[in-house]
Formats: sequence, structure tokens, C-alpha cells
Amino acid sequence: MQPSLVSRRDIFKLLAAASAAGSMLPPELAAQPKVLARGDLWDPDFLKKNIPWEKPLVDTELATLTVLCDLIIPGDQDAPAPSKIGVADFLNEWIGAPYPQNTADREIIRGGLGWLDTHSQSLHGAAYRELEPARQTAILDSICGSSKITPDLAYGHAFFRKLRSLTLGGYYTHSSTWKSLGYIGNMAMGGAYPGVPEEIIKRLGLEGV
Amino acid sequence: MAILTDRKTLPEYDAIIVGSGAGGGMMALQLAFGGMKVLMIEAGRNYEPTTETPMFNTPEQAPLRGQNTPEKAFGYYDATVDGGWQVPGEPYSDKAGTQHSFMWWRARMLGGRTNHWGRISLRFGPYDFKPKTRDGLGVDWPISYEDLAPYYDKTQLITGIYGTNVGMENIPDTPAGILQPPPKPRAGELLTKKHAAKLGVPIHPIHRAVLTEPLDGPARAARMYPNNALARKILAKDMSNRAACFWATDCGRGCSIRANFQSTTVLIPPALETGNLSIITDAMVREVMLDASGKAIGIRYIDKPTRRDMEAKARVVILSASTCETARILLNSKSNLFPNGLANSSGQVGKNLVDSVGSGLGAHIPALESLPPYNEDGAGGPHVYAPWWNHGKHDKLDFPRGYHIELGASRQMPHMNSLNILNSKAPSTYGKKLMEEARRYYGASMHFAGRGEMIPNEHCYTELDPNRVDQWGIPILRFHWKWSDHELNQVKHMQETFAGIIHEMGGSASPRPAAEAINKPGEIIHEAGTARMGSSSKDSVTNSFGQTWDVKNLFLMDGSIFPSNPDKNLTITIMALAWRSSEYLMQEMKSGSI
Repeated sequence: MQPSLVSRRDIFKLLAAASAAGSMLPPELAAQPKVLARGDLWDPDFLKKNIPWEKPLVDTELATLTVLCDLIIPGDQDAPAPSKIGVADFLNEWIGAPYPQNTADREIIRGGLGWLDTHSQSLHGAAYRELEPARQTAILDSICGSSKITPDLAYGHAFFRKLRSLTLGGYYTHSSTWKSLGYIGNMAMGGAYPGVPEEIIKRLGLEGV
Repeated sequence: MAILTDRKTLPEYDAIIVGSGAGGGMMALQLAFGGMKVLMIEAGRNYEPTTETPMFNTPEQAPLRGQNTPEKAFGYYDATVDGGWQVPGEPYSDKAGTQHSFMWWRARMLGGRTNHWGRISLRFGPYDFKPKTRDGLGVDWPISYEDLAPYYDKTQLITGIYGTNVGMENIPDTPAGILQPPPKPRAGELLTKKHAAKLGVPIHPIHRAVLTEPLDGPARAARMYPNNALARKILAKDMSNRAACFWATDCGRGCSIRANFQSTTVLIPPALETGNLSIITDAMVREVMLDASGKAIGIRYIDKPTRRDMEAKARVVILSASTCETARILLNSKSNLFPNGLANSSGQVGKNLVDSVGSGLGAHIPALESLPPYNEDGAGGPHVYAPWWNHGKHDKLDFPRGYHIELGASRQMPHMNSLNILNSKAPSTYGKKLMEEARRYYGASMHFAGRGEMIPNEHCYTELDPNRVDQWGIPILRFHWKWSDHELNQVKHMQETFAGIIHEMGGSASPRPAAEAINKPGEIIHEAGTARMGSSSKDSVTNSFGQTWDVKNLFLMDGSIFPSNPDKNLTITIMALAWRSSEYLMQEMKSGSI
């Protein structure tokens, strides 16, 4: 018997309701009878990425998010820009998840996107994604915290902080960015583990340790 | 494999083993090698690490980049199936008045919790078996280190352990030819060793159940089983077929090449090959059945796919269901003969529950910034640790016993929080400069975690919840917990030590207050003590072989029988005890006394 999508959605509704109420894990979730089939989130099928929740953002919101992610992390010769590896789509997945942290992030990200467009309209008469790059950057500079945040920009600043943190997470967890970051691994090696290169031993003064 | 999906069990087995983890797996292997017909009953599903383990999967192939969720508490790729601190449909509760909510980790899969563990495999030392004699607290074990040492040797031979002999007080050496060479330390581990020495904290290779070289199956099998040709033949081949670690992927995912220890890769395959072991999965044991004389005759279980009540019979019943689940089965096996639960004439079942004392502190280490990239994946877990270094100095400490320190060097596969350090180090940066900051700070931190010994106390126990059953109709457990000053003072010492090491390394960290820094009860997943062994039926549940005082053909073989829970993590000791008990059990059955 396959678990029905409806019952799984019901679980997540319960979870979302409980997380809105501030509880960690509702007793209803623990009490939900387990269907003896693989493929749900308790027993995932690693060959099939299964995301049983809705991604909330609409196309215009995603377009703005895509612009923002590429401004926050532009990519370099060793790593693609976030727009090339779907970071905005990942953020949409992230904020759609029914867990307490994700629903809290959804409020900041979705609300922040709305705030940003309103702010952009009032300054320049156009949505943020439609501005020329210099104006987009100027707005980011005003909310990133490099200069004093005035009270009217406090929402924008909270949005920037959360968005930057999630973008860093979503970007550097994509394997195409690891060379640029300096993570080397997840590859099989034969023989003994090679240990620390001599260059680092010297630099850290670890000779003979 | 002899997985009995049709439930066509024999009319009677020599032994039924409830559970398939460290205790159940080792018991099954030894009894099967001894020619006994064994039925193993596992509450979860069949699980095949060789085909199911997501070895090289990357975060972008997972929901939420593999981040932990309530369903997968250690992340999406963690081996644990249908479990964690919650199991769907199988709740547990707090007893009114408890100071903390106990967190009960379970796995519902073949191999149980051995599929997910740190593989840290430290022998208990001579002091650890006689704690009451040394400091007056708790109880002594009814055995000494010497009684268990030969079984530690054999358990290390079969599992494969890396590490060295460090020659420290109460850290027993392993005889020659058993330990495998430890992997070289990582940069952060070496840097810690250099600076911790100034505080007198020794850093040595840790012992972990991960192969760093292929095993010489024939030689090891001959050493373990000089008088058992069947065991030698099967193990010589099976052990040689395990691959050495290839220095990638987190051990918590399990291991498809069988380089690390899981019951499902090391114990159950050779046990099945004897033809003497049958396994029923998806079978939730409700109670032990007795005859009129009070002898165990089998078990009653819920066949989960059909939700039917079923029975299986055997000459001997062995509960290896895990510390709390074993206590739960005993407490639920009530009868006129045993109105307070089976084998509970001492009243100790469910009492003396302990977990390891845990506490951690991490910090940015400037010296590790902008290091030239190199591969730090290593053996999928720590390479070094600090064994407890303060024996004989308790007059200067305000807590008994001790702890060891596990080191986390952090140049590991990035996860969602790997760059959180930039929130404080470069809060307003974006653009190209942010990518430079990411390169600078990635991996430039260390985390220290203490794992210490808790003293059993009367406030920490589990019992049946009188009002609730799980989805199978089985009464659930409820828990009561209260830390004593012993644990809180130990955590204070941990925090001050970690902060001191961090300071010596050039970082900056403040010790966190003990009450806030202590891990939650159950969070370290080292529960023990709920059916402790002892030398008298008055104040213990079993003898040193896990044989219950009240029912001679009922054995317990998991963390429940530990009279104390030293800082050295339980798994390898559970296995060594199981091996010892299996020999006693077979002798007793041969002589007809069981």
C-alpha cells in the first residue's frame, strides 16, 4: 500500500499548525500511524527527491529573488552564479517547508520581497527587479548594515540578513561551488589517509606534534 | 537471506532474540556459530546497507539540502529509518514533576542503532567496573576488567578498530595484532594537540570501528575460533570481503563497502550464512510468554503489516531491544507470578536510568583561516580525542568520575550552517567580497564535546504510562529526570576546559553556564541501567551474564544491564558482554540446566 498524498499533507498541516503555536513536534505527528511503505520523509528513497510541500513564491517573487541572490554571491571563475544552479528555487523550497524554522524564514523572506518592491516603487517608480543594476546595488547598500540603519529601513535590514544567510547556505551546499569555497572531499581514495600537507604543518608550527 | 516474510516460523527455536543491534546481532552470531537454531525479531524493516546507503549523495540531491528535520534528526542522509527521537505512532511521555523531558532515540530497522553511531569504541578500564569501591557512589559491577578483557579482544578482532595503545591510567591496552593503524590527524586536531598540552590535556588517536586496512579474515577467524571450523570458514571469507575506508562520506550514513561496523554489515551476514538464523522484521514484541512454572516459553508480537497478534516459541528468550525498550517489554510482561513486571522482584526494572553527560563548545580559530584547501574528510568521524586525564586528582575536583573530549575539525562537506560564522565576522558584506570571506572563514573553527559519566540517581527512571498505549496497543513508557550536582559540576569543568583550550589556540570563547550547556537527557543516546546486573537478586535484575535472577531462561543483552555508564560509550562493551554471555548460555543449555 502506498502512502496517500492526502494523508501526508494532513501530517504537514498538523505540523504547520503546531509550529505556528510554537511547539516543537506535535503529539499528533508522533501518533500518526506509519504506513509500511518506503518513500516518505521518515524513510526516504534516496534515488527520488520527494518534496511533499508547496513552494509558495510566484514567478515575479522568484525573479526578484534570482536578482538578489546573484548580487549577494556573483560567482567566479570556479563557481557558477546562483541563478545558474537554482538557488532561488531552493529558497522557495526552503521557505515552503512546514517546520518551525522554515515558516519563520518564510515570513521574513516573503514579506521582505514585498517590502523591497514597495520601497523600490517609492524611490524609483519601478519594481526592484526592473531597476538598473546601480540602483539595485544602492538599495542593497542601504539595508546591508555597512552604514547606519534608519528605522524605516529596519525591515529591509532584517530581510537582507536572513536572505544573505540562506543564500550562503543554499549556494555553498551545491557541489558546483565547492572548488571555489575550498572544500575538497567526497571522493574515494586508496591507501592510507594522506593527512595534513607539509605546507600547512609548517604554517601552523605543527612539526613534531 | 532468511528473512521470514511469510511468518512461517518453526514450532520452537533454541533461542529467540528480540532486537538486531549490537547486543542482538552479537548474540545471534555466536549462537548461530554454536549450532543453535535462532529466531531474531526486529521491530523495524529489513535494511541492506550495501545497496541502500547514500554514500556520495550531495546536499543538493536532498530536500532542504539535507538539513535535519523532525523526521530525520541527524539530517536527511542519516542511516536511521523510521526513527529518531520520535517514532511515528509510538509516543512516550513525561512523568509529572520531571525536571527535564527525556529524549528517547529509537531506530526501526534491521541492525537497529548500530546503523547510526559514532563508531567510537573504547574499552572500559579496571576502575570502571568497581566505581563504588573507589568513590562510594552507585554500585560495582559483578565482574572485573579481567573477566571481560578476552571478549574485548575478540570483539575488536571481529569489528575492526583503529587506534593505538596510549598507556594511560584506566585506558586498557589492546594485545598486539588487533588494532589497526589510526588515520593521521587533521590540521585542527593537530593544532588542538599542540595547544591542549599546555593545559595538561592529552590528545591521542581515538579508537573507532572503521577499517583503515583490509582485514586478514583467515588469521583473525583462527584467533577468535580455534575450535570452531564452521565459524572460521564463514568468517575467513566474510571478513576479507569487507573493504577498508576510502576516506570519504560520513559514517552516520552507514557504509555500503562495510568499512565501518554495523550489525547489518558485520554480524548478521555471517550469522545468516550458518543457516541457523531466521529473522522476522516489522514485528513489534509486546511481551514475554511464560508457562505455569514461570519459565519463559517465547514471545508475543504484533505483526505490523497485518496488525495481528502472533507468537513464537523458544527454549531461551533474549531481550536485546535497547535499554528502555527492554525495560518496557519486561514491565509489560505482567502475570500473576510477576505482578510488577517480569524479572522485577528486585523492583529495579526501569530504575537507574542514565545517559552520558554531554556538553559542547565551539569557536572560531584565527590560525585556521584561509588554509590551503586539502581533503579533511578522513575516516568519517574524529581521528583523535582526549581520554580522561584526571584520575587521582578528585580531591581537587567537585565531581566524581570523568569524561573524554571529542574533537570536531570543521573542513567537512558544507551544510546549511557551515558559513554561519559570517553572520558575526562579516555581517554586511555581499558580492565578490563575500565569496572571499567565505573562503577565509570556511573550516576555521573547532568544536569540543565532552562525554562524561553520570551517577545513577533515584529521580531518573522510566515506567509504564498508566493511561496511554502506542498504535500497536502496547502501553508506552514515561520518563522522570533530574540532574544532580555531580553532572552539573562536571559540565562546568568541561566548559572551562574547552574555553581554556580554545584560548590557548588563539580563539576566544566563554564557558557557558552548566545548566544551559548540559545536553538534554537522552540526547547523547547512551542510555543504560534500566535492568542492571549485580551480585544479588535483592538489588539487581540479572547476573553478570545478563541472565535474569527470576527467570533462568530469560537473558537481557543490551545497555539495560550496565550497573554504571563510564564515559567510554557503550557499544563495544555491549558486544563484549554478549559474546561472554553467549558462551555461558550455550554451556548451560548443553548441561541441561536451562
